Order: sequence, then structure tokens, then C-alpha cells
Amino acid sequence: MSGHVHKDYTGAKFGMWLFLFTEVLLFGGLFILYSVYLARYPQAFVAGGAQLNVWFGGANTLILLTSSLMVATSITALRRGATSLCLGLLGGTVACAALFLVNKFFEWSAKIGHGIYPGSAHLKELPPGEMVFFNIYYLTTGLHGIHVVIGAIVLTWTMVFIKTGRVNAHDWVILENAGLYWHLVDLIWIFIFPLYYLILH
Amino acid sequence: MTSAAPASSETSRGFLGEARYPGIFGWIFSTDHKRIGLLYLWCIIAFFCIGATLGVLIRLELWAPGRTIMDAQTYNAVFTLHGVIMIFLFIIPGIPAAFGNLIMPIQLGARDVAFPRLNLLSWWLYIGGAILAVIALFTGGGPPDTGWTFYVPFSTHTTTNVTLATVAVFTIGFSSILTGINFVTTIHRLRAEGMTWTRIPLFTWSLYATAWIQVLATPVLGITVALIFAERVIGTGLFDPAQGGDPIMFQHLFWIYSHPAVYIMVLPGMGVVSDIIPVFARKPAFGYKAIVVSSLAIAFAGSLVWAHHMYTSGMSDLAVMVFSFLTFIVAIPSAVKVFNWLATLYQGSILLDPPLLFALSFILLFTIGGLSGLVVGAAATNIHVHDTHFVVGHFHFTMFGGTGMAFFAALHYWLPKIYGRMYDKAVATVAWGVIFVGFCILYLSMKIVGIMGMPRRYWDYVPEFTGLNQLATAGSWILAVGLVLMFVNLIRGVLYGAPVGANPWGGATLEWQVPSPPPTENFEADPVVTHGPYDFKKAGIL
Repeated sequence: MSGHVHKDYTGAKFGMWLFLFTEVLLFGGLFILYSVYLARYPQAFVAGGAQLNVWFGGANTLILLTSSLMVATSITALRRGATSLCLGLLGGTVACAALFLVNKFFEWSAKIGHGIYPGSAHLKELPPGEMVFFNIYYLTTGLHGIHVVIGAIVLTWTMVFIKTGRVNAHDWVILENAGLYWHLVDLIWIFIFPLYYLILH
Repeated sequence: MTSAAPASSETSRGFLGEARYPGIFGWIFSTDHKRIGLLYLWCIIAFFCIGATLGVLIRLELWAPGRTIMDAQTYNAVFTLHGVIMIFLFIIPGIPAAFGNLIMPIQLGARDVAFPRLNLLSWWLYIGGAILAVIALFTGGGPPDTGWTFYVPFSTHTTTNVTLATVAVFTIGFSSILTGINFVTTIHRLRAEGMTWTRIPLFTWSLYATAWIQVLATPVLGITVALIFAERVIGTGLFDPAQGGDPIMFQHLFWIYSHPAVYIMVLPGMGVVSDIIPVFARKPAFGYKAIVVSSLAIAFAGSLVWAHHMYTSGMSDLAVMVFSFLTFIVAIPSAVKVFNWLATLYQGSILLDPPLLFALSFILLFTIGGLSGLVVGAAATNIHVHDTHFVVGHFHFTMFGGTGMAFFAALHYWLPKIYGRMYDKAVATVAWGVIFVGFCILYLSMKIVGIMGMPRRYWDYVPEFTGLNQLATAGSWILAVGLVLMFVNLIRGVLYGAPVGANPWGGATLEWQVPSPPPTENFEADPVVTHGPYDFKKAGIL
């Protein structure tokens, strides 16, 4: 490529939005299974949902919403030239991601301590609907957890770009796309939280 | 544009002669869409040859009842491998990834795709997935034996290496998604000045519709194979009745992707035919807008018919009727295309060159395949032919007779552009004839023996079916001979053929306005488009 590479910001964001669509559809498969099995085993899903700790879920919702706010403000900060503020906000977001995962670790550990995990002997003694509930709970939150990790890596990587000046006040589309990805991670949780922790009570 | 290149005498090999890195690195690390396209093309042809060899072996085993050349377990592995290679490594990426990359940006008047590095990543993922698929054959509990559909409960219980195969499919699916995103963005953002939506060549339009399906359907396949992976590795029995799961939900999720995927396979083929027919009939495409709308309509309606693969799965009768009805709707835009192609040919001054011959055989074979699709799509007749060789014959007519023939048409149409050399047209015509005859003998016999009741995927059969099976096997040999002849002729043409100018066929789309082979960034100066893709008069061809 010769020197005349010009960046198409609209194109870059367009591509990112398409990618986010595919992520929604990836989780869509799990949400379809959730709705089919909820219709089939409504009582068992309520019984399963009652065993989830709404405080863990609520705390994680709060953590993710705060992190999304920080990402959004970090973009404005960078555009106004406040690079160190931007880096601080992004660092805060990555810290929130870590906090989310620690919280999730304790939540899962408690469940696993009670013998509730895929393939466990105790799970296989539960009614079929509850088995489905916990299997799909672990799959959905697990897949979401993987996305939290990927999002944190992407944001850390963007921080390196900001440090080296590749992403700056005049060229910030990479940060905006990374932010969009993080909002998606948040958005999916906004669906998971009520579906598993709230409406089944 | 073509002659305004005084300093280009040493770049007459175009992009083939300019590389950023030496040797093979100039290819596998190149972000040039044409180099990536050729990487895909040769990989895809290699996989096609492997898949075709496996196909011939399947036919050889079916020469006689009982064991002929392999035992039953090997047979299961061979047809699974044949399906996985042909579907995921040949037909799905075949036209979009190879010819889409080679031709689509030039047709739009662009220098490259929107995200060139992402494009290279797609190729690496494709190759990575292919390597994983090969490793799956030789490790674990032996080659997967589930068929390409990975139906539960068998796929979650078989001891063969399905786990790794699902990782391979996931990886290749990811590659397909990224290509789709790249193409949609390219078509939206990188059209040259004057390239309005109604001046986009029909091939690129078909890629646009295809790319949307790739973006919207492939993630569902991703989560489906990921669930098989999870069920095998950590025992999350979402499809396991013993754990309250429902195996039919697997079939739903699988076909939500895999039926739209057959349009990923066939729409680009239709686009190739739509581009070739006007050029060789020397007439503008009849009903350009109708063809465009029908591509989008197929993409949309094709997303609503997945459950017609599941009439015998125990779904409710209401669902069967609804999906049967929706299936018939897909036939309408498909027929619109066929009528438009015929109307384009009507009163044209037709040149029977090899690309047109393959395109015409596409129309005939795809129509036969499509009409037999209605036999399969109607719930009543489906019960009789479900899981028989009739279905195998049907989808080979649509996939091989359709997309395969379109792929060969594209090879004969665009390889002279890419390499700047012409193959032997007489040999190509003979090869086409041999392929056509072999094809019809092979797959018509399959359809008939299927109507008589021979199940698909069976290693053994009752003696009554012997005659037709032997006819089909003989057809597979003729077909193989034709394929070898065609590929040898094409490769000889690429290496030693007579040089061709910019526009050997007299096309009016932009790829024929640049030199053959095209230079690295396609255009000396950004082109300005002043006429439609099939306006041969304004292009100065007629």
C-alpha cells in the first residue's frame, strides 16, 4: 500500500455494528433455548431462579453499568485532549471487569459448593426442568463471562494504543469501537440479569 | 483507463508481480484482495479435489451390496468427511471468498475491501479451521462419523473426534462472518463515484445478499456447535432428554443457520450466471431490478424455512404445514431469476463460449434440482422420500449442478482476467460436455433409486438397487474424468495460455476496464462510472 491510506470512520463503525449484531445473534441462540424451556418447565425455572442470589446479580449489574458510563466518558475525555483522564477511566473500566469476574467467581463457587454444576451427581437428582435451568444458566453466564474477559483485553489493548499515541484526540475510532464492544457486553448482561435473577421470583 | 499507463511495461504481470514480502510470504501476509482471493481459490480447489475423490470412493463402495472396498465405520467417516469438506471448505467459501475477493472490489471501482487486514485474518481462520478439521481425522477416537449435520444425540455420544470437529466448524464460521461484515461494509462504503445502487453488477449484488445471510445466520451455527462442544466436554445436556433437554431444539438451531446457508451457497452462483449471460448474449440483463430484488427476497424468505428439514422429527402438524407453505414461497424469487435469464438470452446474439456453457448448465440443472426441491419441500411427498437417495440427488443437483457449475463458469470467465492468459476453449468445451453427461448419469440414477426407497448414508443395500447404483458409480467416473480434463486445461491455460487483453469477452463491468492481470490497487486513477453494468452500447462494446 502506498502512502495515501485514508480512514473511513463511518465504515469502521458500520463494520463494528455488524459485528455486534452477530454477537447478539450468538447469544440469541441461548435466549431461544431459554424461552422454549421456560415455556416447557415454568415451575422448575421459578424454583431454579429462586436459588440464584439476586444480590450477586444486582451488584454485577451495578458494576457493569458504572463501567459503561466510564467508557462513554473516556471517549469524550480523549476527544477533549484529557488523555490521562481517559486512561484513568479506561483503567477503571478494566478494574470493573475484574471486579465483575471476582463476584461471579464467588457466586459460582457457592453454587458449585452446593453440588450444582453441569454433570454433577446432585444436579442429576433434581427435576428435569431444574437441570435444564442450571445448565443454561451456566452456559449463558459463562459465555457472557468470556465476553467480559475479551472486552477487558480489548480495552487494555486500546489503552496501549492511547499511550503510544496511535489513538489520540484526532483519531479515536478504535476507542469508540472498543467502547461499543464493551457496551454490548453490558447490554447482554442487562438481559441476563432480569431473565435469570428477577422475573422468576 | 486501460491504455493510460505509459510506465507500466514492467508491471504487466499486475498484482501477480508485485509483492511486499518475498516468496510465499508475499501471499500469506498480503492484504491485497486479489492475492487473498487467489489464496482462497487454490485452497478451495484443493479441498474440492479431495472432496471429489472421497465422493468417488463412496460411489465405489456402493458398487455392490455389502462390503466392496471399505467397512461400514470407514464408510461413515468418508461420507462425513466428504460432506464437511464440500460444505464448509468448498461450497460456502467457494464463490464469495474466492471470486468475491478477486472481483467484487474491482466491480465497485474500489482499490481494496473495506478492512484488508480483517480480510487476511478471515483467510487465516479459514485455513486454521481446515487444519483443525484434518487434525480431527487423525486424533482422538477416530474421524467423526456423524454426517456434516452433527445431529444429537449421536454427535454427543459417539466416541469419534466430534469435539475437535465442532471447534473447526466454529472457526470456519467465524471466518465466514468476518468476510460477510467486510463485504457489506465494502459495498456500502467503497463504491466509486457514479456507482449508484442500480449500477452495481448483479454478481456484487448477489454477494451483498449473501453477506447479510453470513452475518445474520452464521452466529446461530456458532452457538449450536458450541453447545455440542459444551455437552461433550462439560456435560451441559441442553439437548439431552435425560437432563430435561430436547434433541429437536438442536435440529431447529442447526437449520436456522444451515438452511439460510444453502442460499449462502447458491446466491453467489446465481450472481455469476447473472453477470455471464448478458455478456455472452450481447444484451443488457433483462429485469435487472427484479433480479436484485429476488436475491434479497431469497435471502429473506430463505431465513424462514429451516424446519422443512424436520418434517419427520416429530414437530407439530401445524408447524409442518406452515414451513411447507413458506418453502414454496422461496420458489417464486428463484423462478423470477430463471425467467429473467431466459429473457436475457431471448433474441440475443449468443456466443457459446465455455463460461456460457457452464452458466446454461447451471440454469438447467438448478431448475431440475429446484423443482425436485418442491417434492422434498411438500410435506406429503417428503414423508416418502425423506432420508433417501432422492434427497442426495436433489441437493447435488442444486449444490453441484447449481453452485458447482457456477463456480466452473466463474473459473472460465474470470481466470483469464486474473492471470492474463486464455485456456484452450475447445478442450474446455469437451470437458464441459463430459462433466455434464457424467453429472446427469450419476445424480439422476441417485434420484430414481431414492424414489424406489434406497436410504441415504447406508453402507449396504438390497440387491434390487444394484443396477442403478452401478450406473451412478459409472457416472461418477465420467464426471471425474471431465473434472480432471477441465482442471488440467485451466492450469495449462494459466501457465502457458496465449496472453489476453483487458476485455477478452466484451464485458461492460469495471473489471474488464483494467489490464489483465489487474495492477495492485486496481485503478490508475479512481474510476467514474457513467453507465449501467450491462450497457454495452455506452461502454463501446457494441
